[in-house]
Amino acid sequence: MSDLYELQCKECAKTWGNSPRSFCEECFSPLEVSFDYASLKKTVRREDLASRAFNMWRYSEFLPLPETFQPPSAVGGTPLVASRKLGAHWGAKNVFFKNDAVCFPSLSFKDRVVATALVAARRFGFQTVGCSSTGNLANAVAAQAVQQGFDACVFIPADLEPAKVLNTAVYGARIVRINGNYDHVNRLCAQIADRFQWGLVNVNLRPYYSEGSKTHGFEIAEQLGWRLPDNVVVPMAGGSLIGKIAKAFRELVTLGWVEAKPVRFFGAQATGCSPISSAVKRGLARFEPQKPDTIARSLAIGNPADGPYAIKLIRESGGWAEDVSDPEIVAAIKLLAETEGIFTETAGGVTVGVTQKLIGQGRISPNETTVACITGNGLKTTDAIAAEYPAAEAIAPRLDAFEAYLDAQLAAPAARA
Amino acid sequence: MPVTIEIPTAFRRFTDGAPKVDCSATTVAEALDALTTRFPELSRHVRDDSGQIRQFLNVYLNEEDIRFLGGESCSLKEGDRVLLVPSIAGG
Repeated sequence: MSDLYELQCKECAKTWGNSPRSFCEECFSPLEVSFDYASLKKTVRREDLASRAFNMWRYSEFLPLPETFQPPSAVGGTPLVASRKLGAHWGAKNVFFKNDAVCFPSLSFKDRVVATALVAARRFGFQTVGCSSTGNLANAVAAQAVQQGFDACVFIPADLEPAKVLNTAVYGARIVRINGNYDHVNRLCAQIADRFQWGLVNVNLRPYYSEGSKTHGFEIAEQLGWRLPDNVVVPMAGGSLIGKIAKAFRELVTLGWVEAKPVRFFGAQATGCSPISSAVKRGLARFEPQKPDTIARSLAIGNPADGPYAIKLIRESGGWAEDVSDPEIVAAIKLLAETEGIFTETAGGVTVGVTQKLIGQGRISPNETTVACITGNGLKTTDAIAAEYPAAEAIAPRLDAFEAYLDAQLAAPAARA
Repeated sequence: MPVTIEIPTAFRRFTDGAPKVDCSATTVAEALDALTTRFPELSRHVRDDSGQIRQFLNVYLNEEDIRFLGGESCSLKEGDRVLLVPSIAGG
Protein backbone atom coordinates (compact mmCIF):
# COMPACT_ATOMS: atom_id res chain seq x y z
CA MET A 1 0.00 0.00 0.00
CA SER A 2 1.37 3.42 -0.89
CA ASP A 3 0.40 5.52 2.10
CA LEU A 4 0.49 9.28 1.77
CA TYR A 5 1.70 9.46 5.36
CA GLU A 6 4.28 7.97 7.67
CA LEU A 7 5.83 8.46 11.07
CA GLN A 8 8.53 11.07 11.40
CA CYS A 9 10.59 12.18 14.38
CA LYS A 10 9.62 15.66 15.54
CA GLU A 11 13.21 16.43 16.46
CA CYS A 12 15.65 14.68 14.09
CA ALA A 13 13.15 14.22 11.20
CA LYS A 14 14.05 10.56 10.66
CA THR A 15 11.16 8.66 9.08
CA TRP A 16 9.90 5.34 10.40
CA GLY A 17 7.21 4.16 7.97
CA ASN A 18 3.96 3.09 9.62
CA SER A 19 4.13 0.91 12.71
CA PRO A 20 2.95 0.92 16.33
CA ARG A 21 5.70 3.05 17.80
CA SER A 22 5.63 6.50 19.30
CA PHE A 23 9.19 7.58 19.78
CA CYS A 24 12.28 7.79 17.64
CA GLU A 25 14.75 5.08 18.48
CA GLU A 26 17.57 7.31 17.31
CA CYS A 27 16.98 10.30 19.54
CA PHE A 28 14.10 9.14 21.79
CA SER A 29 11.92 12.10 20.77
CA PRO A 30 8.21 11.78 19.89
CA LEU A 31 7.05 10.68 16.47
CA GLU A 32 4.32 12.39 14.50
CA VAL A 33 2.42 11.43 11.35
CA SER A 34 3.68 13.48 8.42
CA PHE A 35 1.72 13.71 5.19
CA ASP A 36 2.65 14.06 1.55
CA TYR A 37 0.93 17.40 1.10
CA ALA A 38 2.03 17.79 -2.51
CA SER A 39 0.08 14.66 -3.44
CA LEU A 40 -2.84 15.59 -1.22
CA LYS A 41 -3.08 18.96 -2.91
CA LYS A 42 -3.53 17.26 -6.26
CA THR A 43 -6.15 14.77 -5.13
CA VAL A 44 -8.38 16.50 -2.57
CA ARG A 45 -10.61 19.51 -3.13
CA ARG A 46 -12.55 21.43 -0.52
CA GLU A 47 -15.65 21.12 -2.69
CA ASP A 48 -15.51 17.34 -2.27
CA LEU A 49 -16.63 17.76 1.32
CA ALA A 50 -20.05 19.11 0.37
CA SER A 51 -21.47 15.63 -0.21
CA ARG A 52 -20.05 14.16 2.98
CA ALA A 53 -21.79 13.86 6.34
CA PHE A 54 -20.78 16.42 8.96
CA ASN A 55 -18.58 14.35 11.21
CA MET A 56 -14.82 13.92 11.62
CA TRP A 57 -14.53 11.43 8.75
CA ARG A 58 -15.29 14.16 6.21
CA TYR A 59 -11.61 15.12 6.60
CA SER A 60 -10.41 11.56 6.01
CA GLU A 61 -7.67 12.51 3.56
CA PHE A 62 -5.99 14.45 6.37
CA LEU A 63 -6.05 11.46 8.69
CA PRO A 64 -3.82 8.37 8.78
CA LEU A 65 -6.39 5.95 7.35
CA PRO A 66 -6.00 3.04 4.90
CA GLU A 67 -7.24 3.58 1.34
CA THR A 68 -9.99 1.04 1.89
CA PHE A 69 -11.21 2.78 5.04
CA GLN A 70 -14.93 2.71 5.77
CA PRO A 71 -16.08 4.90 8.70
CA PRO A 72 -17.19 2.59 11.53
CA SER A 73 -19.53 5.16 13.09
CA ALA A 74 -20.05 8.89 13.18
CA VAL A 75 -17.69 10.70 15.55
CA GLY A 76 -17.28 14.45 15.99
CA GLY A 77 -19.24 16.95 13.92
CA THR A 78 -20.00 19.02 17.01
CA PRO A 79 -21.53 22.52 17.14
CA LEU A 80 -19.53 25.73 17.02
CA VAL A 81 -21.74 27.91 19.20
CA ALA A 82 -21.67 31.67 18.61
CA SER A 83 -21.88 33.14 22.08
CA ARG A 84 -25.21 34.70 22.81
CA LYS A 85 -24.62 36.12 26.27
CA LEU A 86 -21.27 35.22 27.74
CA GLY A 87 -19.21 37.12 25.17
CA ALA A 88 -21.31 40.22 25.84
CA HIS A 89 -20.86 39.67 29.58
CA TRP A 90 -17.12 39.81 28.95
CA GLY A 91 -17.46 42.81 26.63
CA ALA A 92 -16.30 40.72 23.65
CA LYS A 93 -18.01 40.50 20.29
CA ASN A 94 -16.97 37.35 18.47
CA VAL A 95 -16.66 34.58 21.01
CA PHE A 96 -17.42 30.99 19.97
CA PHE A 97 -17.54 27.75 21.92
CA LYS A 98 -16.51 24.60 20.09
CA ASN A 99 -18.75 22.19 21.92
CA ASP A 100 -17.23 18.73 22.18
CA ALA A 101 -19.28 18.19 25.33
CA VAL A 102 -21.67 16.59 22.83
CA CYS A 103 -19.12 14.59 20.86
CA PHE A 104 -20.25 11.04 20.12
CA PRO A 105 -20.18 8.39 21.34
CA SER A 106 -18.84 9.21 24.81
CA LEU A 107 -19.27 12.99 25.19
CA SER A 108 -15.73 14.28 25.02
CA PHE A 109 -13.20 15.20 22.34
CA LYS A 110 -11.37 11.99 23.17
CA ASP A 111 -13.80 10.21 20.86
CA ARG A 112 -11.91 11.81 17.98
CA VAL A 113 -8.49 10.51 18.95
CA VAL A 114 -9.75 7.04 19.79
CA ALA A 115 -11.43 6.86 16.40
CA THR A 116 -8.14 7.24 14.53
CA ALA A 117 -6.22 5.14 17.08
CA LEU A 118 -8.54 2.16 16.61
CA VAL A 119 -8.13 2.34 12.84
CA ALA A 120 -4.39 1.98 13.49
CA ALA A 121 -5.00 -0.80 16.03
CA ARG A 122 -6.93 -2.75 13.38
CA ARG A 123 -4.26 -2.13 10.79
CA PHE A 124 -1.48 -3.37 13.07
CA GLY A 125 -3.43 -6.45 14.13
CA PHE A 126 -4.07 -5.71 17.81
CA GLN A 127 -7.00 -7.49 19.45
CA THR A 128 -6.65 -5.78 22.82
CA VAL A 129 -6.68 -2.00 23.03
CA GLY A 130 -6.27 0.19 26.08
CA CYS A 131 -4.98 3.43 27.47
CA SER A 132 -3.80 5.28 30.50
CA SER A 133 -6.55 7.71 31.28
CA THR A 134 -7.79 10.49 33.48
CA GLY A 135 -11.31 9.34 32.61
CA ASN A 136 -12.55 10.71 29.30
CA LEU A 137 -10.12 8.68 27.24
CA ALA A 138 -11.10 5.49 29.04
CA ASN A 139 -14.78 6.25 28.30
CA ALA A 140 -13.99 6.72 24.61
CA VAL A 141 -11.81 3.61 24.34
CA ALA A 142 -14.39 1.45 26.11
CA ALA A 143 -17.28 2.67 23.95
CA GLN A 144 -15.57 2.41 20.60
CA ALA A 145 -13.81 -0.87 21.43
CA VAL A 146 -17.14 -2.56 22.01
CA GLN A 147 -18.54 -1.04 18.79
CA GLN A 148 -15.65 -2.46 16.81
CA GLY A 149 -15.07 -5.80 18.53
CA PHE A 150 -11.83 -5.08 20.38
CA ASP A 151 -11.09 -6.21 23.94
CA ALA A 152 -10.50 -3.14 26.11
CA CYS A 153 -8.27 -2.82 29.14
CA VAL A 154 -7.87 0.65 30.61
CA PHE A 155 -5.62 1.94 33.38
CA ILE A 156 -6.81 4.75 35.64
CA PRO A 157 -5.79 6.44 38.88
CA ALA A 158 -7.68 4.71 41.72
CA ASP A 159 -9.34 7.92 42.94
CA LEU A 160 -10.98 8.98 39.66
CA GLU A 161 -14.47 10.51 39.71
CA PRO A 162 -17.11 7.75 40.12
CA ALA A 163 -19.05 8.91 37.04
CA LYS A 164 -16.00 8.56 34.82
CA VAL A 165 -15.29 5.06 36.13
CA LEU A 166 -18.93 4.06 35.63
CA ASN A 167 -18.93 5.49 32.11
CA THR A 168 -16.13 3.07 31.28
CA ALA A 169 -17.35 0.05 33.22
CA VAL A 170 -20.76 0.10 31.58
CA TYR A 171 -19.25 -0.87 28.22
CA GLY A 172 -17.71 -3.99 29.72
CA ALA A 173 -14.12 -2.81 29.59
CA ARG A 174 -11.57 -4.22 32.00
CA ILE A 175 -10.55 -1.46 34.37
CA VAL A 176 -7.25 -1.60 36.21
CA ARG A 177 -7.17 0.91 39.05
CA ILE A 178 -3.69 2.08 39.99
CA ASN A 179 -2.71 3.42 43.39
CA GLY A 180 -1.07 6.61 42.21
CA ASN A 181 -1.72 9.70 40.14
CA TYR A 182 -2.04 9.84 36.38
CA ASP A 183 1.69 10.20 35.89
CA HIS A 184 2.25 6.93 37.73
CA VAL A 185 -0.38 5.28 35.53
CA ASN A 186 1.29 6.76 32.49
CA ARG A 187 4.69 5.43 33.39
CA LEU A 188 3.26 1.97 34.00
CA CYS A 189 1.56 2.03 30.60
CA ALA A 190 4.80 2.99 28.88
CA GLN A 191 6.32 -0.12 30.48
CA ILE A 192 3.30 -2.28 29.59
CA ALA A 193 3.48 -1.19 25.95
CA ASP A 194 7.15 -2.14 26.05
CA ARG A 195 6.32 -5.63 27.35
CA PHE A 196 2.93 -6.65 25.89
CA GLN A 197 1.57 -6.67 22.35
CA TRP A 198 -1.34 -4.39 23.14
CA GLY A 199 -2.52 -1.35 21.27
CA LEU A 200 -2.37 1.35 23.91
CA VAL A 201 -3.95 4.26 22.11
CA ASN A 202 -2.00 7.02 23.81
CA VAL A 203 1.26 5.12 24.11
CA ASN A 204 2.37 2.98 21.16
CA LEU A 205 -0.46 4.23 18.92
CA ARG A 206 -0.03 7.81 20.05
CA PRO A 207 1.02 9.37 16.72
CA TYR A 208 -2.11 7.98 15.03
CA TYR A 209 -4.28 8.79 18.03
CA SER A 210 -3.27 12.42 18.20
CA GLU A 211 -4.03 13.05 14.52
CA GLY A 212 -7.71 12.61 15.41
CA SER A 213 -7.50 15.85 17.41
CA LYS A 214 -6.95 17.76 14.18
CA THR A 215 -10.61 17.29 13.28
CA HIS A 216 -11.54 19.59 16.19
CA GLY A 217 -9.53 22.27 14.35
CA PHE A 218 -10.81 21.42 10.85
CA GLU A 219 -14.37 21.77 12.08
CA ILE A 220 -13.65 25.14 13.71
CA ALA A 221 -12.26 26.50 10.42
CA GLU A 222 -15.10 25.10 8.32
CA GLN A 223 -17.78 26.29 10.75
CA LEU A 224 -16.29 29.79 10.66
CA GLY A 225 -16.87 29.71 6.89
CA TRP A 226 -13.42 28.36 6.00
CA ARG A 227 -11.68 31.05 8.00
CA LEU A 228 -9.20 30.81 10.83
CA PRO A 229 -9.98 32.52 14.12
CA ASP A 230 -7.70 35.15 15.67
CA ASN A 231 -7.44 33.34 19.00
CA VAL A 232 -8.00 29.81 20.27
CA VAL A 233 -8.20 28.91 23.95
CA VAL A 234 -7.40 25.26 24.51
CA PRO A 235 -7.34 23.22 27.73
CA MET A 236 -4.02 21.47 28.29
CA ALA A 237 -3.36 18.17 30.02
CA GLY A 238 -0.66 16.30 28.10
CA GLY A 239 -0.44 19.32 25.80
CA SER A 240 -1.29 17.47 22.59
CA LEU A 241 -4.62 19.03 21.50
CA ILE A 242 -3.34 22.59 21.20
CA GLY A 243 -0.58 21.46 18.85
CA LYS A 244 -2.92 19.41 16.73
CA ILE A 245 -5.36 22.28 16.26
CA ALA A 246 -2.39 24.31 15.06
CA LYS A 247 -1.39 21.48 12.73
CA ALA A 248 -4.93 21.33 11.34
CA PHE A 249 -4.85 25.05 10.60
CA ARG A 250 -1.41 24.74 8.94
CA GLU A 251 -2.65 21.90 6.76
CA LEU A 252 -5.66 23.89 5.60
CA VAL A 253 -3.38 26.79 4.72
CA THR A 254 -0.93 24.46 2.93
CA LEU A 255 -3.70 23.06 0.78
CA GLY A 256 -5.09 26.52 0.12
CA TRP A 257 -8.42 25.79 1.79
CA VAL A 258 -8.20 28.82 4.09
CA GLU A 259 -6.28 32.07 3.89
CA ALA A 260 -3.11 32.17 5.94
CA LYS A 261 -3.31 34.37 8.98
CA PRO A 262 -1.65 34.53 12.37
CA VAL A 263 -3.60 32.64 15.01
CA ARG A 264 -2.69 33.10 18.66
CA PHE A 265 -2.84 29.96 20.76
CA PHE A 266 -3.74 30.28 24.42
CA GLY A 267 -3.34 27.39 26.82
CA ALA A 268 -5.61 26.80 29.82
CA GLN A 269 -4.75 24.81 32.94
CA ALA A 270 -5.95 24.42 36.49
CA THR A 271 -3.72 26.18 39.01
CA GLY A 272 -3.48 22.88 40.91
CA CYS A 273 -1.82 21.28 37.90
CA SER A 274 -0.18 23.93 35.79
CA PRO A 275 3.26 22.81 34.60
CA ILE A 276 2.74 24.28 31.13
CA SER A 277 1.07 27.57 32.06
CA SER A 278 3.60 28.03 34.83
CA ALA A 279 6.49 27.56 32.40
CA VAL A 280 4.97 30.07 29.97
CA LYS A 281 4.30 32.66 32.66
CA ARG A 282 7.73 32.27 34.24
CA GLY A 283 9.62 32.11 30.94
CA LEU A 284 11.16 28.70 31.70
CA ALA A 285 13.05 26.80 29.01
CA ARG A 286 11.69 23.49 30.34
CA PHE A 287 8.55 22.90 32.34
CA GLU A 288 8.84 21.62 35.88
CA PRO A 289 6.65 18.58 36.64
CA GLN A 290 4.02 18.96 39.36
CA LYS A 291 2.00 16.74 41.68
CA PRO A 292 -1.58 17.45 40.59
CA ASP A 293 -4.10 18.72 43.13
CA THR A 294 -7.21 19.99 41.36
CA ILE A 295 -10.84 19.12 40.72
CA ALA A 296 -10.03 19.26 36.99
CA ARG A 297 -9.03 15.62 36.99
CA SER A 298 -9.13 15.28 33.23
CA LEU A 299 -6.33 17.88 33.03
CA ALA A 300 -4.37 16.51 35.97
CA ILE A 301 -1.18 15.54 34.18
CA GLY A 302 1.82 16.84 36.07
CA ASN A 303 4.39 15.61 33.54
CA PRO A 304 2.90 16.49 30.14
CA ALA A 305 4.54 14.57 27.28
CA ASP A 306 3.77 17.30 24.73
CA GLY A 307 4.41 20.13 27.17
CA PRO A 308 7.59 21.32 25.42
CA TYR A 309 5.73 21.64 22.11
CA ALA A 310 2.75 23.39 23.69
CA ILE A 311 5.06 25.95 25.31
CA LYS A 312 6.85 26.58 22.01
CA LEU A 313 3.61 27.00 20.07
CA ILE A 314 2.12 29.38 22.61
CA ARG A 315 5.24 31.54 22.61
CA GLU A 316 5.77 31.56 18.85
CA SER A 317 2.13 32.33 18.08
CA GLY A 318 2.08 35.33 20.39
CA GLY A 319 -0.39 33.68 22.72
CA TRP A 320 -0.20 33.09 26.44
CA ALA A 321 -1.16 30.55 29.09
CA GLU A 322 -3.17 31.03 32.25
CA ASP A 323 -4.61 28.92 35.01
CA VAL A 324 -7.59 29.10 37.32
CA SER A 325 -8.28 27.88 40.84
CA ASP A 326 -10.84 25.23 41.77
CA PRO A 327 -13.46 27.81 42.89
CA GLU A 328 -12.91 29.69 39.63
CA ILE A 329 -13.45 26.44 37.71
CA VAL A 330 -16.76 25.81 39.47
CA ALA A 331 -17.86 29.42 38.87
CA ALA A 332 -16.97 29.11 35.17
CA ILE A 333 -18.91 25.85 34.76
CA LYS A 334 -21.97 27.60 36.22
CA LEU A 335 -21.41 30.71 34.12
CA LEU A 336 -21.26 28.77 30.85
CA ALA A 337 -24.38 26.79 31.72
CA GLU A 338 -26.35 29.85 32.85
CA THR A 339 -25.40 31.98 29.84
CA GLU A 340 -25.03 29.58 26.93
CA GLY A 341 -26.91 26.46 27.99
CA ILE A 342 -23.78 24.34 27.75
CA PHE A 343 -22.97 22.04 30.64
CA THR A 344 -19.29 21.23 30.62
CA GLU A 345 -17.05 19.23 32.89
CA THR A 346 -14.24 20.71 34.96
CA ALA A 347 -11.86 20.93 31.99
CA GLY A 348 -14.39 23.15 30.20
CA GLY A 349 -14.62 25.21 33.36
CA VAL A 350 -10.87 25.70 33.10
CA THR A 351 -11.16 26.86 29.49
CA VAL A 352 -14.00 29.29 30.22
CA GLY A 353 -12.35 30.61 33.38
CA VAL A 354 -9.08 31.17 31.57
CA THR A 355 -10.80 32.82 28.59
CA GLN A 356 -12.47 35.22 30.99
CA LYS A 357 -9.11 35.94 32.63
CA LEU A 358 -7.32 36.51 29.31
CA ILE A 359 -9.99 38.95 28.09
CA GLY A 360 -9.82 40.71 31.46
CA GLN A 361 -6.03 40.98 31.16
CA GLY A 362 -6.34 42.43 27.68
CA ARG A 363 -4.35 39.54 26.20
CA ILE A 364 -7.37 38.65 24.06
CA SER A 365 -8.83 41.62 22.24
CA PRO A 366 -12.63 41.86 22.60
CA ASN A 367 -13.10 42.64 18.91
CA GLU A 368 -11.29 39.60 17.59
CA THR A 369 -12.67 36.17 16.77
CA THR A 370 -11.96 33.85 19.68
CA VAL A 371 -12.80 30.17 19.93
CA ALA A 372 -12.84 28.49 23.34
CA CYS A 373 -12.57 24.70 23.14
CA ILE A 374 -15.06 22.88 25.37
CA THR A 375 -13.79 19.33 25.48
CA GLY A 376 -16.05 17.34 27.79
CA ASN A 377 -19.55 17.00 29.24
CA GLY A 378 -20.64 18.22 32.66
CA LEU A 379 -22.54 15.02 33.44
CA LYS A 380 -19.17 13.35 33.96
CA THR A 381 -18.06 15.56 36.84
CA THR A 382 -21.23 16.39 38.75
CA ASP A 383 -19.38 15.75 42.02
CA ALA A 384 -17.38 18.93 41.44
CA ILE A 385 -20.44 21.18 41.56
CA ALA A 386 -23.01 19.18 43.54
CA ALA A 387 -22.41 21.24 46.68
CA GLU A 388 -23.51 24.36 44.80
CA TYR A 389 -27.03 23.04 44.47
CA PRO A 390 -28.46 21.76 47.75
CA ALA A 391 -31.83 20.07 47.32
CA ALA A 392 -34.80 22.38 48.05
CA GLU A 393 -37.30 21.35 50.68
CA ALA A 394 -40.16 19.31 49.19
CA ILE A 395 -43.74 20.57 49.38
CA ALA A 396 -47.08 18.77 49.55
CA PRO A 397 -48.87 18.07 46.23
CA ARG A 398 -51.53 20.73 46.94
CA LEU A 399 -52.18 24.13 45.38
CA ASP A 400 -52.20 25.89 48.75
CA ALA A 401 -48.81 24.40 49.51
CA PHE A 402 -47.48 25.75 46.23
CA GLU A 403 -48.99 29.18 46.96
CA ALA A 404 -47.33 29.17 50.36
CA TYR A 405 -44.07 28.15 48.67
CA LEU A 406 -44.36 31.03 46.19
CA ASP A 407 -45.14 33.49 48.96
CA ALA A 408 -42.08 32.33 50.86
CA GLN A 409 -39.92 32.60 47.75
CA LEU A 410 -41.19 36.10 46.96
CA ALA A 411 -40.77 37.16 50.56
CA ALA A 412 -37.22 35.90 50.78
CA PRO A 413 -35.57 38.61 48.62
CA ALA A 414 -37.60 41.31 50.43
CA ALA A 415 -36.45 39.94 53.77
CA ARG A 416 -32.87 40.11 52.54
CA ALA A 417 -33.27 43.65 51.24
CA MET B 1 26.50 1.37 46.30
CA PRO B 2 25.13 -1.50 44.17
CA VAL B 3 22.06 -0.38 42.21
CA THR B 4 20.16 -1.58 39.13
CA ILE B 5 19.30 0.42 36.02
CA GLU B 6 16.28 -0.81 34.08
CA ILE B 7 16.64 -0.44 30.32
CA PRO B 8 13.68 0.12 27.97
CA THR B 9 13.50 -2.13 24.90
CA ALA B 10 14.55 0.66 22.54
CA PHE B 11 17.86 1.05 24.38
CA ARG B 12 18.70 -2.62 24.61
CA ARG B 13 20.39 -2.75 21.26
CA PHE B 14 23.06 -0.65 22.94
CA THR B 15 23.27 -2.86 26.04
CA ASP B 16 23.80 -6.20 24.26
CA GLY B 17 20.12 -6.94 24.86
CA ALA B 18 20.34 -6.61 28.63
CA PRO B 19 17.05 -5.41 30.22
CA LYS B 20 18.85 -4.52 33.46
CA VAL B 21 22.32 -3.27 34.16
CA ASP B 22 23.89 -3.49 37.62
CA CYS B 23 26.41 -0.88 38.64
CA SER B 24 27.82 0.87 41.65
CA ALA B 25 26.92 4.53 42.19
CA THR B 26 26.08 6.97 44.97
CA THR B 27 23.90 9.32 42.86
CA VAL B 28 21.64 8.97 39.83
CA ALA B 29 24.15 11.00 37.81
CA GLU B 30 26.88 8.53 38.71
CA ALA B 31 24.65 5.61 37.77
CA LEU B 32 23.95 7.16 34.36
CA ASP B 33 27.65 7.83 33.90
CA ALA B 34 28.45 4.21 34.78
CA LEU B 35 25.88 3.07 32.23
CA THR B 36 27.15 5.26 29.42
CA THR B 37 30.81 4.48 30.21
CA ARG B 38 30.03 0.81 29.86
CA PHE B 39 27.88 1.34 26.75
CA PRO B 40 29.29 4.50 25.11
CA GLU B 41 26.82 4.45 22.23
CA LEU B 42 24.06 5.13 24.74
CA SER B 43 25.54 8.49 25.73
CA ARG B 44 23.93 10.57 23.02
CA HIS B 45 20.55 8.93 23.70
CA VAL B 46 20.66 9.74 27.39
CA ARG B 47 22.08 13.27 27.27
CA ASP B 48 21.75 16.13 24.82
CA ASP B 49 24.59 18.26 23.47
CA SER B 50 24.57 20.44 26.56
CA GLY B 51 24.95 17.41 28.81
CA GLN B 52 21.41 17.58 30.18
CA ILE B 53 19.24 14.47 30.36
CA ARG B 54 17.22 14.47 27.14
CA GLN B 55 13.96 16.33 27.36
CA PHE B 56 11.83 13.35 26.34
CA LEU B 57 13.55 10.82 28.59
CA ASN B 58 12.11 10.46 32.06
CA VAL B 59 14.35 9.08 34.79
CA TYR B 60 12.85 7.55 37.92
CA LEU B 61 14.43 6.50 41.18
CA ASN B 62 12.26 3.59 42.27
CA GLU B 63 8.72 5.06 42.01
CA GLU B 64 9.61 8.75 41.83
CA ASP B 65 10.56 11.06 38.97
CA ILE B 66 14.02 12.37 39.87
CA ARG B 67 12.86 15.93 39.18
CA PHE B 68 10.89 15.66 42.42
CA LEU B 69 14.03 14.48 44.22
CA GLY B 70 16.30 17.36 43.33
CA GLY B 71 17.39 16.04 39.95
CA GLU B 72 20.15 13.66 39.04
CA SER B 73 22.28 14.59 42.03
CA CYS B 74 19.85 12.70 44.29
CA SER B 75 21.59 10.01 46.27
CA LEU B 76 21.14 6.27 45.97
CA LYS B 77 21.02 3.53 48.56
CA GLU B 78 21.78 -0.12 48.17
CA GLY B 79 19.32 -1.98 45.99
CA ASP B 80 17.74 1.12 44.44
CA ARG B 81 16.25 0.86 40.93
CA VAL B 82 16.86 3.57 38.35
CA LEU B 83 14.31 3.45 35.51
CA LEU B 84 14.64 5.05 32.09
CA VAL B 85 11.22 5.59 30.49
CA PRO B 86 10.47 7.50 27.31
CA SER B 87 8.04 10.39 27.74
CA ILE B 88 5.44 9.22 25.29
CA ALA B 89 2.02 8.90 26.79
CA GLY B 90 -0.52 11.47 27.79
CA GLY B 91 -4.07 12.64 27.84
